[in-house]
Amino acid sequence: MKIPLQEGEYIARLARLKLTEDELLLFTKQLNTVLDYMEKLNKVDTSGIKPTSHALHIKNALREDIVEGSLKKEEAMGNAPQKDGNFFLVPKVI
Amino acid sequence: MELFEHTISQLHEQLKKRQISSLDITESLLKRIDQLDGILHTYITITPEGARKQAKEADQRVGTGQISPLTGIPLAVKDNISIVNTPTTCGSRILKNYIPPYDATVIQILRKEGAVFLGKTNMDEFAMGSSTENSFIGPTRNPWNRDYVAGGSSGGSATAVTASLCIAALGSDTGGSIRQPASHCGVVGLKPTYGLVSRFGLVAFASSLDQIGPITKDVRDCAMLLQAICGFDQHDSTSINTSVPHYMANLNKGIKGLKVGIPKEYFIEGTDKEVIETVESAIASLGSQGAELIHVSLPHTEYAIATYYIIAPSEASSNLARYDGVRYGLRSEDTDDLESMYTMTRAQGFGPEVMRRIMLGTYALSKGYYDAFFKKASQVRTLMINDFRQAFSKCHVLVTPVAPTPAFKIGEKIDDPLTMYLSDIFTVSPSLAGIPCISVPYGMSSNGLPIGVQIMGNYFDELTLIQAANVLEKTSDTSHHRPPF
Repeated sequence: MKIPLQEGEYIARLARLKLTEDELLLFTKQLNTVLDYMEKLNKVDTSGIKPTSHALHIKNALREDIVEGSLKKEEAMGNAPQKDGNFFLVPKVI
Repeated sequence: MELFEHTISQLHEQLKKRQISSLDITESLLKRIDQLDGILHTYITITPEGARKQAKEADQRVGTGQISPLTGIPLAVKDNISIVNTPTTCGSRILKNYIPPYDATVIQILRKEGAVFLGKTNMDEFAMGSSTENSFIGPTRNPWNRDYVAGGSSGGSATAVTASLCIAALGSDTGGSIRQPASHCGVVGLKPTYGLVSRFGLVAFASSLDQIGPITKDVRDCAMLLQAICGFDQHDSTSINTSVPHYMANLNKGIKGLKVGIPKEYFIEGTDKEVIETVESAIASLGSQGAELIHVSLPHTEYAIATYYIIAPSEASSNLARYDGVRYGLRSEDTDDLESMYTMTRAQGFGPEVMRRIMLGTYALSKGYYDAFFKKASQVRTLMINDFRQAFSKCHVLVTPVAPTPAFKIGEKIDDPLTMYLSDIFTVSPSLAGIPCISVPYGMSSNGLPIGVQIMGNYFDELTLIQAANVLEKTSDTSHHRPPF
């Protein structure tokens, strides 16, 4: 097993997922199966090969600096689960 | 023949001559949806009032002589493409109540053309899946046999086209999500070149791969819908400003002199015999109509699944970080501090496959593993692109299977993620390379399920794909078969 259970827990924490014990067990097991399969990439010699992040070579996409319309505040905040005027409300941080 | 059975091109002719109205077509489809959607689970949201209003506006427009190919044509839209003031759930509980305040660019374009939107179609949650089983409303059923999957992730759109619950549909394709359901349902699906169609307003899954494309009843409709939605958009920084040929005017130019590549890595053990026979007979048909057949090799094909299932989940884990319960979407009520609000919201809002992929991507990008996984996969991706460049120096198109089998049974693979991933073997490579591909129906399995053929083309050469697919469609006995509804 590439990933022991504690590491599965660590990954879930990094990913901000509160998993049940059953989910953690199942996902960790399944991740290990998938990662074992991915071992096959180690057979490929990639020394000196540049990684691809985009299939097409796109340079900076620029446009004319002209002011355009944008969403109204009410529209932009229309889906907020909790708000107060122009602010998104979240549980107390400190 | 009922109105709902027609194609875009047929209806366009009748609308132009004012033999029918858009409202007639729309009512015919709404009635059909009413009868069948409960059985097939095609739509997540149906918008009859909006559709009727748009149909009436289209009819007024036609009355003043302003008609373009999509005017008055009722379409279905995959539920990850934003339509203003219409729920856009992505098949996810976390976006169950999300209502976009704006239209995606493709929707803006189609609205200007006077198209009618019937509703939003079912999909695997955030487009992650190959069967439309990972949706919070449950699986879409294959109209040819309801015990079988429709394919995925655009299973709702493919089913809606197949069973005539719309005239044509939009889907999205990250690793096969248009082509594979089109193949499993027996309709035409095209994934455009990365950058040809704007993704502004498409909810992101894997940003270096996602593309919007048409799912249609025939190749002609595919050309018409693609023509409408393609083009440069300054709101999408990956949009490419390139001149686009007239697909319709060149549709019937034939394939004389076309060099068809047959990549040996796509005809491998483990692929269903009937699938291989179907693809071989399609290749033979192209050969007998003037195409030159050439054997080519794409040597890194066997690494495609491993490469794709590192890159796509990595990008997804980053893209889906935005679902935190703060600005939109679900928020867990069971918490009183910020950290647990995030973790509970995400655990309650995401389904198992999405959580699995977020975990996989988070792992592949995390300290100590980035080089071994993400960087390695990105390097293999370069080699795969080189394979395609080499192949296209010898031929114009590549012809391959779409999927290793026809549609599989609902429930058959859902508990085994790796087996499900492996079913994407023939569709993920061209996605990683960003090249265009089309799936065109060409045969039926002995148990009555459709089998499609995939044609891949060089960058921005959708026209050649469409021309070759058009030739295949004309020579297939089964391409216009429809399920018995």
